[in-house]
Amino acid sequence: MNGFQGKTLSWQVVDGTIELVLDRAPCNEIGSATLADFESFATALESLQKDAHALIISSARPEGFCAGADLRELYRRSEDLDHRERVAGLHDFLGRIHMVMNAIDAAPITTIAAVHGVTFGGGFELALTCDLIIADKMARFCFPELRLGLIPGFGGIPRLKRDLGNAVVRDLLLTGRSINATKAQSVGLVSQVAAEGDALRLARSTAVQLRKFDRATASAAKRFIKPIPYDMLRREIEIFCDLFTRPAVEAGLRKFVESKDPLPYLP
Amino acid sequence: MSTLQNTTEQILQLAAAHFKVPRETLTADDDFFKKLGINSLQALDLLTRLEQHFSIELPDYELQGVSDFRTLAERIQSRL
Repeated sequence: MNGFQGKTLSWQVVDGTIELVLDRAPCNEIGSATLADFESFATALESLQKDAHALIISSARPEGFCAGADLRELYRRSEDLDHRERVAGLHDFLGRIHMVMNAIDAAPITTIAAVHGVTFGGGFELALTCDLIIADKMARFCFPELRLGLIPGFGGIPRLKRDLGNAVVRDLLLTGRSINATKAQSVGLVSQVAAEGDALRLARSTAVQLRKFDRATASAAKRFIKPIPYDMLRREIEIFCDLFTRPAVEAGLRKFVESKDPLPYLP
Repeated sequence: MSTLQNTTEQILQLAAAHFKVPRETLTADDDFFKKLGINSLQALDLLTRLEQHFSIELPDYELQGVSDFRTLAERIQSRL
């Protein structure tokens, strides 16, 4: 299957590059529908990557790359469940999203996140699975989870720790502040900053460059330099589930869902 | 070094140009959410443009509770 149109995303192979495009209003929040489409992609990736040398993930939404987990769906789904059911459901969801993220992270082709606008929470975590992040100058990165009484749950901390210094990880995690593309490039998170509206074009141009290299060599280099922190990723799920059932989290989620605050995305 | 008045004026000009409202309709004491009719995502966009314009980092938590141009200018001025 060289092309797919799901409810929340689509993909096609163009000149040896797999282009995965997120497109769910308002800003690609990741809930059960997106997860199901991602799982289809992870399954298809096995065969797609045989004929491709690169993967580009981008967003068709003008608001940004991805605003993270669908907190409204998460809140609604957990409202009527008891403690045990909540944790079981959450554990299952996180296990499934981690499988998708790990599949993208470990893909033997070079992967590029072409991001713009809001790249928050789970969206930031998705970008971190990629080998390169190419950011529109208007992109902003943020882990806002602490304001809900949670930690990032889609693999964000282990992957950020793998890629950056611990002080930067603590700054982003513990303050919950968002940083712009220039700052993200200065700390080593972003490889290239594009002019406004140009991230995807730059990513495609980079994919053309990748095509010049021997695929097996590029894959070996990636395996050598980019270990997947499986132990920390598993631990992250456990910590997230432990934190999730505390009253502070339910209160934080309710506040977010019911918020009339003009800045609900800000910490 | 830029004065607070100058910083405020630059913010007003930038906001007017980006959100396509006449500069003369904006004042330092205006609530920028109401006056510009912007939501939280557009406020983030404005924050990024201000960071680029003034070559500063402005943590978004410093903008909590800030809705008027004058206070925004003071926050920026303290980082120039």
